[in-house]
Amino acid sequence: MATRILSLIALLLAMIFAPVTAMAQDDFAAQVNALGPGSFADREKAINALVATGDERVPPILQALSDGDLYIRKVDAKVLFGTKAGGAFALKDPVDGADLGTAPSADIEKVKSNNGLRGKIRTAIGKMTLLSTDGAARLSAAQNVLKNADPAMLELLDQALTTEADPKIKSTMELARAVIVLKTEGTLEAKRAAVETVASHGDRAARTVLANNLDSAPEELKPVIQSGINQIDGTLVVWDVGQNLLYGISLSSVLLLAAIGLAITFGVMGVINMAHGEMVMLGAYTTYAVQLLLQAVAPGLMEYSLAFAVPAAFLFTALVGVAIERGIIRWLYGRPLETLLATWGLSLVLQQAVRTVFGPTNKPVSPPTWMSGTFDLWNISFTWNRLWIIVFAIAVFAILQIILNRTPLGLQMRAVTQNRRMASAMGIRTPFVDAMTFGLGSGIAGLAGVALSQIDNVSPNLGQNYIIDSFMVVVFGGVGNLWGTLVGALSLGVANKFLEPYAGAVLAKIVILVLIILFIQRRPRGLFALKGRSVES
Amino acid sequence: MITQLLFRALDRKAIWLVAALLLVAVAIPAANLWLPEGSPLHVPNYAVPLFGKYLNYALLALALDLVWGYCGILSLGHAAFFSLGGYAMGMYLMRQIGSRGVYANPVLPDFMVFLNYKELPWFWNGFDLWWFAFIMVLLVPGALAFAFGWFAFRSRVTGVYLSIITQAMTYALLLAFFRNDLGLGGNNGLTDFKDILGFNVQAPTTRAALFALSAIFLALAVVICSAIVNSKLGKVMVAVRDGESRTRFLGWRPENVKLFAFIVSAMLAGIAGALYVPQVGIINPGEFDPANSIEAVIWVAVGGRGTIIGPIIGAVLVNAGKSVFTGAFPDFWLYCLGGLFIFVTLFMPKGIVGLFTRVRARKGNEASSAAEAGEDASTLPNGTPPLAKPEPAE
Repeated sequence: MATRILSLIALLLAMIFAPVTAMAQDDFAAQVNALGPGSFADREKAINALVATGDERVPPILQALSDGDLYIRKVDAKVLFGTKAGGAFALKDPVDGADLGTAPSADIEKVKSNNGLRGKIRTAIGKMTLLSTDGAARLSAAQNVLKNADPAMLELLDQALTTEADPKIKSTMELARAVIVLKTEGTLEAKRAAVETVASHGDRAARTVLANNLDSAPEELKPVIQSGINQIDGTLVVWDVGQNLLYGISLSSVLLLAAIGLAITFGVMGVINMAHGEMVMLGAYTTYAVQLLLQAVAPGLMEYSLAFAVPAAFLFTALVGVAIERGIIRWLYGRPLETLLATWGLSLVLQQAVRTVFGPTNKPVSPPTWMSGTFDLWNISFTWNRLWIIVFAIAVFAILQIILNRTPLGLQMRAVTQNRRMASAMGIRTPFVDAMTFGLGSGIAGLAGVALSQIDNVSPNLGQNYIIDSFMVVVFGGVGNLWGTLVGALSLGVANKFLEPYAGAVLAKIVILVLIILFIQRRPRGLFALKGRSVES
Repeated sequence: MITQLLFRALDRKAIWLVAALLLVAVAIPAANLWLPEGSPLHVPNYAVPLFGKYLNYALLALALDLVWGYCGILSLGHAAFFSLGGYAMGMYLMRQIGSRGVYANPVLPDFMVFLNYKELPWFWNGFDLWWFAFIMVLLVPGALAFAFGWFAFRSRVTGVYLSIITQAMTYALLLAFFRNDLGLGGNNGLTDFKDILGFNVQAPTTRAALFALSAIFLALAVVICSAIVNSKLGKVMVAVRDGESRTRFLGWRPENVKLFAFIVSAMLAGIAGALYVPQVGIINPGEFDPANSIEAVIWVAVGGRGTIIGPIIGAVLVNAGKSVFTGAFPDFWLYCLGGLFIFVTLFMPKGIVGLFTRVRARKGNEASSAAEAGEDASTLPNGTPPLAKPEPAE
């Protein structure tokens, strides 16, 4: 309602002021047209008048003049943008951007400029954009100055720096200023200060600036520049470590989600569920199905589809898990290796079933807007969906801890993990606990599927890609408690990302696999192993 | 000593099996080469390497059965040994191409010329000699099995943990062999073979000979496996399978027994891979896929683990089924394979062989008194325990 009133007011205002703006329009058009006739001196006056308006349409016009893309139409002496299109010129009105069709080259005449004028124009544009009220324009202007390093802009930069408030633009401007100072014939003191300013920026752009100036710099400045480069390198190493750490944690969160359900079922039932990856896959397909459904029923809720997908995926995969436990696994009691084979068979069936229903191709799952895009964490760029998956993994982990440690079911599960026969003798219905555990583990896998659908292809092979890594996390972490899985996922994920820059992605993975094989030799039951006689049998 | 071993190895069942395999070794090549095309018993050219492939798989299954069925080690990494044997053979075959490759380089195989290798990597030396290559077929898988088993069994890594790290082993090798800079053909593997021991690999006679060799080596493996299984060592292996701690407390060294079985098994798998490569004409990293290892396990399970004949029957049946099904209903094969895994583990824990012994035991029941039959069933080597009773195997 409020917006409607506002837009009504705006409309009224527009009606009142329409003649005024039209008049201003004419005024501006006259000023633009004044660029056409007369000598270079007249043209300079016209340029100054245009700059004085502060209109944001001026910089492109001046740029066109400088580039030789501005023309006078001979019929009405109107100044226009012209671009060559075939034998003729495509014309555009510089005032309102309207398309004015084409004209043969005989009908128009180029507005001439010379080097002196071009220098004035560059300064004028820099002035208009560097001091513009629009942040984006200021930033691009600052970057432009940084690129060209035109000494004529120094004064203007100093002026802009005094008023600049945005830290990012300010830092670019400072960098640009320092580059200009290094380039011009300034005092040694000024240059030294400039080097220090650049060095303090500590990013790759600053390092490039210093490295470029190293050779041309006077002798006494070279050590200063070199130490500046070293200083930046030191900062960059720290940033690299930070970036590896962050990306490693991101990978760990995915591993944790994929492996934690496996760890629960393995811990309680001693069963390696080879179909676990397919539960993840089913979770991802549930996300896709929920999206399809919402698109058909309530397109307005698409933004919140994850809110439906998370419970739906959990419930669906948990039900499938309970069905698997009741239908197959309970008949294979005490035969973990046979269970492994049966669940492997099941995984083949599930993959093929999904392929039959949804087809073999990847399915698109569109992320909500708050999960798409990237952001900069200091110097590290990171995607929002990765961040949210880390948050999600932590939440799932916390909820699981609460379930295991604060609920009756969790108590029973822990009892069965530690000593199945004793727990049974105490009156715990172990078959029920098994079914619930398997359902819970599968449900968590479904949640992992929801997360993975945001960063990976939703295809029938989705689960296969994660299952071996999940096994590694579980055997590495051990099944004593969930912390083992957390530590396992964190160490594998972070180690992987730290190895990758040196060894490449594939070799890093091989190294990790070999390390795990060696680690298992030292601790055959993982990092956090259960102790006691019941484990040994 | 050797005769005694052989005598014990060749019990009645093993003799029949070896005889049947030798018969196949003669019959199929004969039916391919000498029977006229119109004859109903003629074996077409394409079928010979196909049957040969089944026999290689049977050898792999037998090797796996030796460690899983008799020693309780569920290896999910036997595809690694199979592929390493295959790569050793493939390297020999690559060196035999000589200057007939696309780039006509007399020393470097095509892919190395393509990848700008200046000289042969050191580990390719010697593979132009057939005897060296054939020793490597045994030695490389054997050495890997020794290194892996020596650590794993000594550290008492057992059960599911062992299965998972064997899978990690083959997965690591899969990733490694996919790399171009390993110098083994990367993604594409080794292919375009020309001849083996001077004979054209494509020729029907060579293929028939390779088939016969596959059958003969399988027969040989049957003799070796029965010799091991029927020896005192074989009894200790079964004891390790059924109760490792107990065997240890009785004074045996389970890790040594397991290591021996693992190495022999790896070498047999290597031979299977070496025979497989010239018949299918290619070896690539895809053979290392952990899924292949698991599939081999199901052949053993279908046939009947803990028997000599079971894995052979299982491998041949499942693969023949795969050939038929993937041709006729490609979409259904995974359902069938998956269903087979579930069905066999749930309802046929002793596999096809187990079914037969059960039927025979039942017949014995009808003939003699119940008490005798009960005793009979329990003394049968493949006596089937009731479903619900937990298996002591793990």
